[in-house]
Amino acid sequence: MASQTLPVKRVHPIRSFLVGEEPMTTGLWGVVFFLFTEVMFFSGLIAAMLALHSDTPIWEPTNGGHRMEGAEFRPIFFTIALVSTSLPMQYAAFAIRKGNRKGMVIAALLVVVIGTAFILNQGFEWMEAEFAISDGPYAATFYVLTGFHGAHVIGGIVLIFALALRGMLGHFDAKRNTMVEAATLYWHFVGFLWLLVLFPLVFFLE
Amino acid sequence: MATMAGGQTRAYAGSRVWQAILEWLTTVDHKKIGIMYIISAGVFGLVGMAFSLVLRTELAETGTILSGETYNQLFTMHGSIMIFLFLLPIGAGFMNYAMPLQIGALDMAFPRINALSFWIFLFGGVLIASSFAFDGGSAYAGWTAYPPITGNTGGNIEPPGVGMDMWLIGVILLGQASIFGSVNFLVTIFKLRAPGMTMWRLPLFTWTTLVTALLILLATPVLAGALILSFVDRNGAGGAFFDPANGGQPLLWQNLFWFYSHPAVYIMILPAMGVVSEVISVFSRKPVFGYRSMVLALVGIGLLGFIVWAHHMFTTGGVFLPFFMGATFLIAVPTGVKMFNWIATMFRGSNIYPTAMLFSIGFLMLFLIGGITGVFHAAVPVDFALHDTYFVVGHFHYTMSIAATFGLLAACYFWFPKMFGRFMNEGLGKIHFWSLFIGVNIIFFTQLLLGLDGMPRRINDYADNPGWELMNQITTVGAFLAAAGMMVFLFNVVHSMFWGEKASDDPWEGTTLEWATTSPPPPHNFDELPEVRSERPLFDRRWAAQLAEDDHHHGGGAKTPSPAAKRED
Repeated sequence: MASQTLPVKRVHPIRSFLVGEEPMTTGLWGVVFFLFTEVMFFSGLIAAMLALHSDTPIWEPTNGGHRMEGAEFRPIFFTIALVSTSLPMQYAAFAIRKGNRKGMVIAALLVVVIGTAFILNQGFEWMEAEFAISDGPYAATFYVLTGFHGAHVIGGIVLIFALALRGMLGHFDAKRNTMVEAATLYWHFVGFLWLLVLFPLVFFLE
Repeated sequence: MATMAGGQTRAYAGSRVWQAILEWLTTVDHKKIGIMYIISAGVFGLVGMAFSLVLRTELAETGTILSGETYNQLFTMHGSIMIFLFLLPIGAGFMNYAMPLQIGALDMAFPRINALSFWIFLFGGVLIASSFAFDGGSAYAGWTAYPPITGNTGGNIEPPGVGMDMWLIGVILLGQASIFGSVNFLVTIFKLRAPGMTMWRLPLFTWTTLVTALLILLATPVLAGALILSFVDRNGAGGAFFDPANGGQPLLWQNLFWFYSHPAVYIMILPAMGVVSEVISVFSRKPVFGYRSMVLALVGIGLLGFIVWAHHMFTTGGVFLPFFMGATFLIAVPTGVKMFNWIATMFRGSNIYPTAMLFSIGFLMLFLIGGITGVFHAAVPVDFALHDTYFVVGHFHYTMSIAATFGLLAACYFWFPKMFGRFMNEGLGKIHFWSLFIGVNIIFFTQLLLGLDGMPRRINDYADNPGWELMNQITTVGAFLAAAGMMVFLFNVVHSMFWGEKASDDPWEGTTLEWATTSPPPPHNFDELPEVRSERPLFDRRWAAQLAEDDHHHGGGAKTPSPAAKRED
């Protein structure tokens, strides 16, 4: 009898990695659909940027100020920092699926710290920029895209910090972890949107 | 309570009223939220109708009563209110009310987000509607809000005031409410269906809810982005996005705006189509003809809706004409499929004609005229001639405004007994139908003719060309006739809500699950659910009961017709 086990329903490994073996809750479905709206929102903004870029002869601020000075090292460093937080965030999800609440809280706090550093750097870049939002299409798209992405990062930080606090209060376990899974999906979206789309377009589109 | 002193009883009654109000304000019940959507959208609709009467009064004769600025504000707010505050939310209201009942769910997937959607909508609506009270009046750039008319830089001589910003923020909020609502609808339909309710057994109204929600989900965020860019343009960027004076592109706005607003006309018409499918099927006493082709046509309309937005911009010279012309013609195919299916449903049915059925047939007629004039516009050469004339005004009012309104009025007569447990008055309903039907045809058919004669839209005065004044006067008379019909409707609603004839749980012999529960339904919707074995579970139940009774009377199945012979599907 010991050798006989109940048949286990297989789920796709990618799905299992992202949202675990349990059936997806309605809340998680809601977040997946919500992420579709986010994709369309940023698609609209990016389409606007590319349309403006295609008809603007010199893709630079119109006040004569330079594009991001020293744009090589610092933005790349913080981009890598932001995207690397997907790892601790995914670890938080893995941990809570196994009921490891302490691991979840520590990983979430790590994400919060690095995410805050990214946002602070973004703030410094805004302050150091040699152009204002009114200085032509380049400047306007720069502020709007980094601004909306930054707002999403800030939203994620608040959300994940709330998760950490709730974890400290003893919320969440192996069965009840929809919020953690949802925040993880959202955070992957925010990180990879920046790495793959917004960062190259904002900093390297000539 | 009877033993209490008078004062105390009054206090008790007062607190009961207060409690009822508090219950409605804090409710998360999809039925109450749906009714609140319908009522508040209806109030906005009456405001929009009042504006249209002012516009028609101005146009009844040559010469002006209103200043051009006031006229611009009024037609802008007429369009914005009718689209964003009447047609979109009233559709959402009926979907909210009926869809969870039709799939046998207890409530929406996220009841509190549902309430949040409603309150965001109401706040955004009040924000838009109250902009008249502020310096510079409301927005006046039309409901399409084309820059640089919206901007406050460059060539704009008289830039709009704070009303424009309120309009932009208001529409962003309405979009947010729509997005939350669409996520809610989708998860509800995918996750909360009753046992046995497979996707191919969903009632057609639920299918339209599903496709409508997908359109909202994918189109509305793009509009939100465009509105935000327009707001930034006015408050900081100095026109860098949309005003050529600072390097922007006006066409960019038009592309982004119509990427939402073309699907939006389907967001408005699809719920009406869903209602009409239900109503015609019920009152023809037949299953809807070609259920699966209806669903596929619906999905086809939804998909095509995303690749035709630039047909609103043919005359700008900035779009690839052959593709958008061809894609626009294609829409006639799924729409035609639906049209013929509705007619085939009525064909040789045991038809009865209560007001809901009249409004559904009225929908078919109006939508036919609107659809055919739409095919005119799809042809680029014709569109070049007719662009920005009253032909366009007549066309879009026939389709997405009046046809959609007829579908939603059919929904109102159809589901009123379910909502309030009382019928609407049929006699008043027929007066309402005929005055509205004759009125709107007078208005909009005359406008088609005026457009063919070359009268431009969005003007407060017109040249004294032969026949124009007479035709405008006829239009104005039609407008007041239609408005009188709506007053009858208003009286009918209020009267029937409290003193209407009592209705049973299933007054129309319906086929879908909402008729299986009490009228009005309990907060948890269903005490027990019938088995779902087809897309018409209540017909199955009635038919089984009928068979059992026949067996009882005839002592055997010899004279009983076989179910297959009667089912017709």
